[in-house]
Amino acid sequence: MIPVRRFDAIVVGAGGAGMRAALELARANLRVAVLSKVFPTRSHTVAAQGGIAAPLANSTEDNWHWHMYDTVKGSDYLGDQDAIEYMCRRAVEVVVELEHMGMPFDRLENGKIYQRPFGGHTQSYGSAKMAMRACAAADRTGHAMLHTLYQQNVRANTQFFVEWMALDLIRDPQDGAVVGVTALEMETGELHVLQGKAVLLATGGSGRMFFSSTNAFINTGDGLGMAARAGLPLEDMEFYQFHPTGVYGAGVLITEGVRGEGGYLLNKDGERFMERYAPNAKDLASRDVVSRAMTTEIKEGRGAGPHADHVLLKLDHLGPEIINQRLPGIREISIKFANVDPVREPIPVVPTAHYQMGGIPANYLGQVVAPEGASKEAIVPGLYAAGECSCVSVHGGNRLGCNSLLDLVVFGRSSGEQMAKDIRALPRPQRNLPKDAGEQTRARLARLDGATSGERVAEVLNDLRRTMQAHCGVFRFPDDLAEGVRKMKAIAERAGRTFIADKSKVFNTARIEALELDNLVEAATAVVVSAEARKESRGAQARSDFPERDDQSWMKHTLWFKEGNRLDYKPVHLKPLSVDTIEPKARTY
Amino acid sequence: MKLSIYRYDPDKDARPYMQDYEVKLEPSDRMLLDALVKAKAQDDTLAFRRSCREGVCGSDAFNINGKNQLACITKLADLPEHVSVRPLPGLPVIRDLIVDMTQFFKQYHSIKPYVINNDPPPERERLQSPEEREELNGLYECILCACCSTACPSFWWNPDKFVGPAGLLQAYRFLADSRDQAASERLDNLEDPYRLFRCHTIMNCVDVCPKGLNPTKAINNIKEMLVKRAV
Repeated sequence: MIPVRRFDAIVVGAGGAGMRAALELARANLRVAVLSKVFPTRSHTVAAQGGIAAPLANSTEDNWHWHMYDTVKGSDYLGDQDAIEYMCRRAVEVVVELEHMGMPFDRLENGKIYQRPFGGHTQSYGSAKMAMRACAAADRTGHAMLHTLYQQNVRANTQFFVEWMALDLIRDPQDGAVVGVTALEMETGELHVLQGKAVLLATGGSGRMFFSSTNAFINTGDGLGMAARAGLPLEDMEFYQFHPTGVYGAGVLITEGVRGEGGYLLNKDGERFMERYAPNAKDLASRDVVSRAMTTEIKEGRGAGPHADHVLLKLDHLGPEIINQRLPGIREISIKFANVDPVREPIPVVPTAHYQMGGIPANYLGQVVAPEGASKEAIVPGLYAAGECSCVSVHGGNRLGCNSLLDLVVFGRSSGEQMAKDIRALPRPQRNLPKDAGEQTRARLARLDGATSGERVAEVLNDLRRTMQAHCGVFRFPDDLAEGVRKMKAIAERAGRTFIADKSKVFNTARIEALELDNLVEAATAVVVSAEARKESRGAQARSDFPERDDQSWMKHTLWFKEGNRLDYKPVHLKPLSVDTIEPKARTY
Repeated sequence: MKLSIYRYDPDKDARPYMQDYEVKLEPSDRMLLDALVKAKAQDDTLAFRRSCREGVCGSDAFNINGKNQLACITKLADLPEHVSVRPLPGLPVIRDLIVDMTQFFKQYHSIKPYVINNDPPPERERLQSPEEREELNGLYECILCACCSTACPSFWWNPDKFVGPAGLLQAYRFLADSRDQAASERLDNLEDPYRLFRCHTIMNCVDVCPKGLNPTKAINNIKEMLVKRAV
């Protein structure tokens, strides 16, 4: 028998979204278990740098309407406008709340929170005047936020299961309700069932599917794999953001805040090329726009360096004082990973896989939704998703900088609130677990432990990452995509035949990596299959054969299902909660 | 390059041993973590923690050639041809390079690592001048990697009683926050022959901190606050 533990709520993942939700649940006096495969402050939220978006209007005029407009435009009109309104209207409140929790924001002379310009943040509905909307703690905003949220959870006595990896969802076969998860206690190798009335997936992104990525090793799309194996769809996975400025060769992130503070990009001729691509916003255009411009410069032979394969990020003109005060982490990273001191020399950078706009379909209350009967968005009882693993969809085809940290706290909080409400409304005794609860997971583990030969996990993983890099990058070509789909099919089969030499029960990291590979396979397959099918260019999806956005045929969300790589589509929510629809138009910066 | 790595799996090993790995480096391998990942690709039984690979998550602190450091920001070019990697000293080993950090986090939790302010929260942010905020620099950046506390002899002898440099750095981070109102409670919590005063200013913590922070200075500031309070 697999041991069973019972809770009111289970939160899978202890990054910004999971910990914000956990706080809400702990304060509601519910019995909450937070599972994380790493100690909470090691979650990847820690690596966010530039800021969290909120129209505090501390330095420039600003309001949620402008923030909402920028977000809709940034999404290339694929974002759901009800969810975007919800997020932007709650932004000031949740950021002020973080400050009250003790988050060490930088300050202005008048004592208010320091804000800087960021890509796509404008005043007056997309005018050439930039809004200072990014609330920053130097260039360590994610670190400051994650630690603050952990500290508040320490105060609230949240029960953490540290270094427990959730493996599969348990659904009631009667109505598909989610009633718990299976999880591996890494230190002992024991498999457990955690039963709960509400389960939140807050497992973050899947950036490790690309060879060159800003993402941490742990970002393996675990919640996506869990959802896909449980028969749930993944939404808009083709929209994968390439951040313009990853350190050339290392992939480590250099915040857009560098350009927010006045840095800019140069090609090999020393030309500030963004002036050609985005005459108004220049280097502070949306990330998809800047990444395409950089890739074009490189492709047309204007890249820098002996291989003409990167561009340069210049910031020495800001002076050592600004760099040390506002961008100290960037200086540290450049010296360590690029052998360049940005006080004197520009940083070599390339577009680098960074953020997954798609994910598990959810509404703005965190409830997971999937097609059922006549409805494209029937609520899956008991299951919630928030943060990068979810698709609410506030980011649509392209996320604006600083909207990710905002997404975490807004929807971490709303999903926590909704879970508490739903748990209270449920009948007292918990449902019975299905008879075969955990069997699916046990079979996966048994295969791994029983395999006496096969391919190494690291080899399959490397092929997956190279395939995604080559076939699903900044610019996408029809033949490449079709071949990518074929290759991912083969890789998925190979992932089912891997072998690990490590058979130990104790902290078996080989087993963990094999289980992570299963999740990455689902996420990567969803990306390439969805990208191949979408015959248009929008946001982060730029196709050579369909270079234009096609609102007539493609203003709709993709839903990918694991079973048979099936695709379905659902309409974009064009109607906001209280204001008029922001009508799609040509997107220029 | 040659790596000697501490191995111990309680499932099968009677005692720990050092295992040698020959790793072929490529030009793209810059940091020791890259070499460790290569070693693990050869031998998947090698166990260690790692995540962000850029020095902000604090997962991959090991004892590298005798000094506690983060593998992901330790440059291969700065290391000799032969490198030995051991778990952080002073904490129980779970397996290979993975240590049990329970005691370390317990001490961190013991200093109440959160701002305490019992005034009703204002509608907007609490104000803090840039100078007041500046007081938190060099404190809030801690990544809880435990390089410092596990380099501290006082922490080795009394991990249950001495808060240790990481915990004390954070204790001062909250004492130094203009928004916090619990200074006297915090000082009471530390005024103890062990919790604070086991620091003998050896300064190993300063020497090893991968983020360039200075726990000794923070500890001295706390001591000064205690003295000021006494007079």
